[in-house]
Amino acid sequence: MNLLDILIAAPLIGFFLTLLLPKDNKGLIKTFTLGYSLVVFAASLLLIGTTLDRPSAMTWVTDAPWISTPAIRYHVGMDGVSLWLVLLSTFLTPISILLSWKYIDHRVKEFFAFLLLLEFGLVGVFVSLDLFLFYVFWEICLVPMYFLIGIWGHDRRIYAALKFFIYTMVGSVLMLAAMLYIYSKAGTFDYPAILLMLESGKLAFTHLEETLLFLAFFLAFAIKVPLFPLHTWLPDAHVEAPTAGSVMLAAVMLKMGTYGILRFCLPMYPTAAKENAPWIVVLAIIGIVYGALVALVQPNMKKLVAYSSVSHLGFVVLGLFSGNQWGLDGAVYVMLAHGISTGALFMLVGFLYERQHSLEIKDYGGVASAAPQLSTAFLVTTLASIGMPMLCNFVGEYLVLQGAAKTNIWWAVFAASGVILSACYMLWMYQRTFYGETPESVRHHVDDLKAREWACILPLLALMIWMGVYAQSFLPSIGASNQTILDRTTQTTRAEVVNHGR
Amino acid sequence: MGANYFPPAADMLRFLPEIVLTIAGTLLLLLEAFKKDEDSRSVISTLAAMAIGIAMYGTVVAYDNPGLGFNKMIVSDGFAAFFRLVVLAVGLLTILCSTSYLEREKSNTGEFYILLLFSLAGQCLMAAANELIMVFIGLEVSSIASYILAGYLRDDKRANESALKYFLLGSFATAFLLYGVAWVYGMTGSTNLLDIREGIAKGVPSMVMVSAAAGFMLVGFAFKISAAPFQVWAPDVYQGAPAPVAGFLSAGPKAVAFAVMIRVFQTAFEAVTPSWEPVLWVMALATMMVGNFAALWQNNIKRMLGYSSIAHAGYVLVAVTTHSTTGTAAAMFYLAAYGLMNYGAFAIVTHVAGRGEERVTIDDLKGLSQRQPAVAALLTIFLLSLIGVPLTAGFFGKFYIFKAAIDSHMVWLTALGLLNSAVAAYYYLRVLVAMYMHDPQTTEHPEEIPGGLKITMWLTAAMTVVLGIFPGLVLDIATKFAVLNK
Repeated sequence: MNLLDILIAAPLIGFFLTLLLPKDNKGLIKTFTLGYSLVVFAASLLLIGTTLDRPSAMTWVTDAPWISTPAIRYHVGMDGVSLWLVLLSTFLTPISILLSWKYIDHRVKEFFAFLLLLEFGLVGVFVSLDLFLFYVFWEICLVPMYFLIGIWGHDRRIYAALKFFIYTMVGSVLMLAAMLYIYSKAGTFDYPAILLMLESGKLAFTHLEETLLFLAFFLAFAIKVPLFPLHTWLPDAHVEAPTAGSVMLAAVMLKMGTYGILRFCLPMYPTAAKENAPWIVVLAIIGIVYGALVALVQPNMKKLVAYSSVSHLGFVVLGLFSGNQWGLDGAVYVMLAHGISTGALFMLVGFLYERQHSLEIKDYGGVASAAPQLSTAFLVTTLASIGMPMLCNFVGEYLVLQGAAKTNIWWAVFAASGVILSACYMLWMYQRTFYGETPESVRHHVDDLKAREWACILPLLALMIWMGVYAQSFLPSIGASNQTILDRTTQTTRAEVVNHGR
Repeated sequence: MGANYFPPAADMLRFLPEIVLTIAGTLLLLLEAFKKDEDSRSVISTLAAMAIGIAMYGTVVAYDNPGLGFNKMIVSDGFAAFFRLVVLAVGLLTILCSTSYLEREKSNTGEFYILLLFSLAGQCLMAAANELIMVFIGLEVSSIASYILAGYLRDDKRANESALKYFLLGSFATAFLLYGVAWVYGMTGSTNLLDIREGIAKGVPSMVMVSAAAGFMLVGFAFKISAAPFQVWAPDVYQGAPAPVAGFLSAGPKAVAFAVMIRVFQTAFEAVTPSWEPVLWVMALATMMVGNFAALWQNNIKRMLGYSSIAHAGYVLVAVTTHSTTGTAAAMFYLAAYGLMNYGAFAIVTHVAGRGEERVTIDDLKGLSQRQPAVAALLTIFLLSLIGVPLTAGFFGKFYIFKAAIDSHMVWLTALGLLNSAVAAYYYLRVLVAMYMHDPQTTEHPEEIPGGLKITMWLTAAMTVVLGIFPGLVLDIATKFAVLNK
């Protein structure tokens, strides 16, 4: 048992401990969960050193049998990519708790308990090295988020929660079928073992098998990402979810899909991934442009940010299927940067909602004069989101575009239009919300950021700048992990080139 | 052989659970006649529970004396022991739930427990039957007692309707079964499963006739397990029957009907497998679809659970279709897991429904999580297990079934079955929505949960979770016992 195992178990234990607390003592519940999640975050920081020493291999590995028939193992470990995603989860959980301090006043215990359960699922997803274990954590994430949206959401929360659950379920059952098929051929769910068998040729898929298996996995991930045209659950879920739910959903849960593609689809099915890349990239580019265009005309701020997520995640998928180092690195970087910047955007929109009880842009105006600090924080986040140099998104989007251009210049040309459009919709929203006449209601209700709110947003702002200015803190380890994944892909491709050459 | 008509002692041991249950039932019947005051009733339920406990021990004794008994009429093997234990456990849970329920409905009489014992005796006999006449007797003993149990609340119209429907359609199906048995006897000259197998192997006048006979029997079994297109009775019966009885019917008799079906088709009729596999394939898919899609529109929880039980029969049929040892083991695991989670769900319905079972719609559950958080949390566990969310018994049940199907190269059935379970998520989630996402409609103080019911809820929930984390506890046993004596 190493630190990672403790880190996986800790949120689950926290979940049960929270359930044991007295229901009426709201202060105690909030303080306990915040303190607990901060300790978990602090513990997760201790993981960094070891993983950064050898980011291309799996570190903190535990491999123990769980169920004998069929052979299912508790096999976890982290490399340079999963490290940052785990940290993103443990980092945003205490922030989400602090964020909900005032907003959640109804059924407090369940809310904070569910946030910890969600953290348990998320950490598990990013470190599982057994297909079955991955599926278990993947499904566990669904339950707390379903309740977060359904209980504490806005008016159409039930519809949104059901849609979220069913959509994800449809995708994941097909993934389960594919996993069972792999097991029937390989005799194991152990992911590194399967990769070894594929490499050594002990396990081989026919072309049709590989394509179908790839599609079954990809569909589950694409729904989660979400890739156009499977994105329709996302705006509903985001608009209806409470602020903390939106933050966790956008910042971390969407990354489960892209992480899945990176971790499983690309290394396990290199040929299918390469063959199917063209249409997937086309969908990703449609998603980038379509998401941006729809965001442009949204009267509702939260919906606008939700559609901007569709657009940003399109970049990630584009990068993943460009099939080169820049693309992959950029994709992972956008995953992290989008987590920070969009998380912050949802948070700030949530702050506005708590003050004015409206998400409609038309109900605001001139907020800059009423709440200058809030406006400044919002501006920095906006600029980060549109990919301003020196802020986080820029690095990732630039790498993705470079990677895409390397493979096909037209991909980059069309995708780049998304960057321009993002500037349009974000700045236009900013202008309508924060500048112009200040209506009486805004002057009356919208006051400036309080200390607690600063405590939520400040770490995110700092990270936006850090990730924008000094990407070297993150890129080498991401690159090393991606290198390993890429090696597998190109090995197969190289073999094909040789064959064609003859 | 001589004139020794008394069976050897080993035979008696192999038959011990049935003997215990029958004697206990008969004695309690007499006791009931002599004791008419209020106090005697709790005595009878306690004694009945003890009888089931002894029968469980008897199952272990029978298992320790494996082999054929009573001139090859019954067989004591692991497979039989497994299903005997499952139905006896379900019977025990039923008693735990029923005492307070019957008191609430003011009809707590001893007959209930006595009928339950007889029904269990029939079911145990079915699990161990090695002979078509024994199957038939077991089925009838079990069914007739169940018909009465379904209509136990005499003054309740719905219960009467339920019992009558169950009786009429059930008799009709049994007639099919018996007709099939008659054909088989005509062709092979035997009703013994092993002899039939041998007879078919040696050569029969016409395989078409054998297939037709097997088809008749399949109709009879399909009715008992509520497989499409013979499922129409299930929702009506589950809706009308008293909630603890509905739980009993959905778990015990169904499990054992599957057991008989597996035994008969894997031993006697193994030769016709190629022709009945496509039939089962279609039947499994149809059953899942009918159950799941019809359940989507239900507002009455008992009725919804009725349709859901049809869908779950469809999943088990997938396992039966594979016709493999892993498939049989998966079906055994699933039936045990389903018994736990479904009985748990019915136990909660029993409690929530209140006197006269007046609160049985999904709307009546609104805000349950605020009024009775523990009850809502337990029902959530059962529903998540029925959906098939990981770390619950239901998930591993589905997992093993579809794994067996993949192993037998039934990729399409697996994909369609799994998609079905995504459809099913919708109607279970509706219950969660009502419990957690709506505010309570009444301010009435919730009723106290009676002790027996409380034990049932917590026990089944705990087992559901334990099997969801350590499925090997049951699966290993099931795998060991899934090989049938041929």
